[in-house]
Amino acid sequence: MIFVTIGAQMPFDRLLRTVDAWAGSQQRHEVFAQIGDTRWRPRHMKWATFLDPIDYRERLFETDLIVAHAGMGTILSAFEFATPILVLPRRYDLRETRNDHQFDTARAFARTGQIAVALNEDDLAERLNDLTTIPVPERAPSHASFRLLSTLRQFIQEEGKQPIAKTEATVAGAQLPHHYAPSESQSGARKAA
Amino acid sequence: MPMDAASLNSPSGQGPRTKRILAVASGGGHWVQLLRLRAAFTGAHVAFVTVKSAYRADVETAPFYAVNDATRWNKFGMPLLAMRILIIIMRERPDVVITTGAAPGYFAVVFGRLLGARTVWIDSMANVSRLSLSGQKVDRWADLLLTQWSALARPGGPRYEGAVL
Repeated sequence: MIFVTIGAQMPFDRLLRTVDAWAGSQQRHEVFAQIGDTRWRPRHMKWATFLDPIDYRERLFETDLIVAHAGMGTILSAFEFATPILVLPRRYDLRETRNDHQFDTARAFARTGQIAVALNEDDLAERLNDLTTIPVPERAPSHASFRLLSTLRQFIQEEGKQPIAKTEATVAGAQLPHHYAPSESQSGARKAA
Repeated sequence: MPMDAASLNSPSGQGPRTKRILAVASGGGHWVQLLRLRAAFTGAHVAFVTVKSAYRADVETAPFYAVNDATRWNKFGMPLLAMRILIIIMRERPDVVITTGAAPGYFAVVFGRLLGARTVWIDSMANVSRLSLSGQKVDRWADLLLTQWSALARPGGPRYEGAVL
């Protein structure tokens, strides 16, 4: 099955219309789309506005290919399920998102060979016609990196009255209210190192 | 700090007690990234705040609050969101506020810090080439500001300590 998702928030007609037209012309009947706030309704795909977390995961279990916006949540889901993903980044100039960060995200993950990126609608239709070129990402665990987890765990366990000191402790030229000597907390020591 | 939420609910002179965490994220990728941090919360009391009530299914029986979302394009929701977050923080009295953004996390860090919690902002992994606007704004309120891309780390600014992936 092909699962099309544009996240659960802003509309993304450009992606949905392109995949819908492709599904129609290729007689693909096993395409399902989560269309969020998009007002336009697909003609050749089954669709829902929003899938709750359980339905979403169930859907992903049955999915052979994800076609999506370059949203971080969708990309992480693809990695967790080791499902090939083809993304079309949202464009700020078309008011599809609040800035062009999806191009950066897409580029960063395409560089590692884990995702396929279409830059425009024609490109997207072309990629859909040759699905063999879309890479299968390496399966990722469902948790953050151990380094991040242990940093957070340490932060959580520290005592309340010793906020972690910021290195330099300046933000936009302003001095922070508290600055603790590195020896007062482990993380302070780590920072100073 | 005069209003230290941690000391208010801790019998003085006793050993370490269960930490109270408020974990906050708006929808989509922000929420997915927050869920990937849960292994760091083991042993703590965690309450979740997000923007879709359907996400409750992700966190089983943990205390859960759904608030309205607000964005740069929809500023009318901001005062309401701020008020809701403030009420949640007064009720939950967290020792630690952890957020992956965006607007609900911003208010949680600001109010959390003002009410004596220690605060962490983890900028979304989607922000590859620059920190999010809210991440930049929240800098002075966050005890720990993390980017998930090492190229964005700098002295006195966001640190890199790994990513949600």
